[in-house]
Amino acid sequence: MTPSELHSLSKELRTWIIDMLMEAKSGHPGGSLSAIDLISALWFSEMRGVDGPDRLAHDRDRFVLSKGHGVPALYAVLAKKGFIGIDELQTLRKTGSRLQGHPDRVRLPIVEASTGSLGQGLSVAMGLAMAAKLDGSASRTFCLMGDGEIQEGQIWEAAMAAPKFGLSNLCAILDHNNAQIDGYVTDVMPIEPVADKWSSFGWRVIDVNGHDYSAILAAYAEARALQEKGSKQPVLIHAHTIKGKGVSFMENKVEWHGVAPKADEAKRAIEEIRNG
Amino acid sequence: MAKATRQAFGEALAELGGKHPQIVVLDADLAKSTKSEIFAKKYPDRFFEMGIQEANMIGAAAGMAFAGKLPFLCSFGCFITGRYDTIRLSVAYAGANVRLIGTHAGVGIGDDGHSQMGLEDITLMRALPTMGVFQPMDAKETSLIMDYLVNEWEGPAYLRLTRQALPDLLPAGADWKPGKLLEIRAAKSTGDRSRKVALIGSGHGTSECMKAAELLEAQGIPASVWNCHSLKPFDDVGLAKLAADCSLIVTVEDHSVIGGLGSCVAETLASLSTHPRLVKCGVQDLFGESGEPEELLEKHGITGTKVAERVRTLLAT
Repeated sequence: MTPSELHSLSKELRTWIIDMLMEAKSGHPGGSLSAIDLISALWFSEMRGVDGPDRLAHDRDRFVLSKGHGVPALYAVLAKKGFIGIDELQTLRKTGSRLQGHPDRVRLPIVEASTGSLGQGLSVAMGLAMAAKLDGSASRTFCLMGDGEIQEGQIWEAAMAAPKFGLSNLCAILDHNNAQIDGYVTDVMPIEPVADKWSSFGWRVIDVNGHDYSAILAAYAEARALQEKGSKQPVLIHAHTIKGKGVSFMENKVEWHGVAPKADEAKRAIEEIRNG
Repeated sequence: MAKATRQAFGEALAELGGKHPQIVVLDADLAKSTKSEIFAKKYPDRFFEMGIQEANMIGAAAGMAFAGKLPFLCSFGCFITGRYDTIRLSVAYAGANVRLIGTHAGVGIGDDGHSQMGLEDITLMRALPTMGVFQPMDAKETSLIMDYLVNEWEGPAYLRLTRQALPDLLPAGADWKPGKLLEIRAAKSTGDRSRKVALIGSGHGTSECMKAAELLEAQGIPASVWNCHSLKPFDDVGLAKLAADCSLIVTVEDHSVIGGLGSCVAETLASLSTHPRLVKCGVQDLFGESGEPEELLEKHGITGTKVAERVRTLLAT
């Protein structure tokens, strides 16, 4: 898809996110809206092996949502891709649903990893990339992390290990929206200078505006080109994002981290997204 | 013959590695101690030195399992199970086909002291849905369990192994079945059921049961010895059967009695309408410490002599 097609699509996906969260009466709008552009650009323009009849082939590209609470964004993309039904989005967080509050690979294998306790997804993504490398498979692994999430120690274990194994088939994406439950990341537990930290650990860091589709696609293309040119480095896409992006009253508001919109708020949000 | 079960594991793993190309092995800077180095030397391409990063190793193993590998991840039992949250979510909840190998079980490791001793690892692993928990009593049983874990078991499993050598105990021609309690010594003196004791061991505990049984029989107390290699799934049916034929059950384990073999037996016994009394020998809600293995085992009442003493005292009252 082109950047402008992705932009149009993102409006629809954002309204689905708001709608499913309203229906669920709980969940995380802020981090879903900050991540949706990064996730949809991946699934619609970058990842291979996720379309057509062979889309669950062993050598498909894989996506791990390490910040599991952002899963409404992933469900919206999976519904658009046809992995789950659009009507099914209304079952989010309901008893018996495959759409658990956080990703569950037993109920819904396409989410690749079960996450929700923060800091674990990058290790799992690393294991997927290690296996692909061992098999000589072309499969690439993508892993989206939250900025608050990288306060977890296990992230830095994986950050140290992935360059050792030369995992250029691993592309981590940092959704840097600067808000977490208890406040702004800069106050709760500062992570800066975050790009320097990752590059000093041996990662190739690519900075990008996480809401500009042309820039996002260019960053993904650069990561792919590095691998094709024989780089041994894993890549970190450092995406500057806005918590609650697309809904003015949610943007950069810590309180919208984990609260679902009520019916009137959802209506306003959806109107704003459509007109935006 | 006597051999540490970690050694038997390392040898079995290297052998299975030849027949099963999907096996990969990860270790966190303890390959010499866990004996995964035997595999590493034979199949360096499928061995991953993960450094001192147990949590990352566990997560990476899950990812490799999702991509079709059969990962064995190795470290001391206490270090692996200490990364509980990662095991709980990335492995167990996700249904990852991972084998977690925890060596250096119990106070039997001796002088390294508490921080290196797996004492609650069975308790922790047993609480996780989908997780199998296995512990061999000797080298032969280690290789039988390894075959089972590679060829039949689906989902995550924890295997608990000793640093110290354990004597060969599996009787020749024994009808060993995965998941089942096995009688490895029948009571010699017969008759008086009211004095009959069934000793149940797991891991190192089973060899202490054998010693205790000899001492008890010498004093005319009939004592059978049963081995439990599968803490989960636990053989409820087998236990009910043996419980019907004795007046006292004694469990012996080099592990906390809270959540270990003693608890497995207690949980099943309590569901029977009538059942014999149970004595749980093991670490009694205490930390470990440095010392000679034999002295520590004695201090915690896990030697054959101590077990026999406890049984005699109990039968006398």
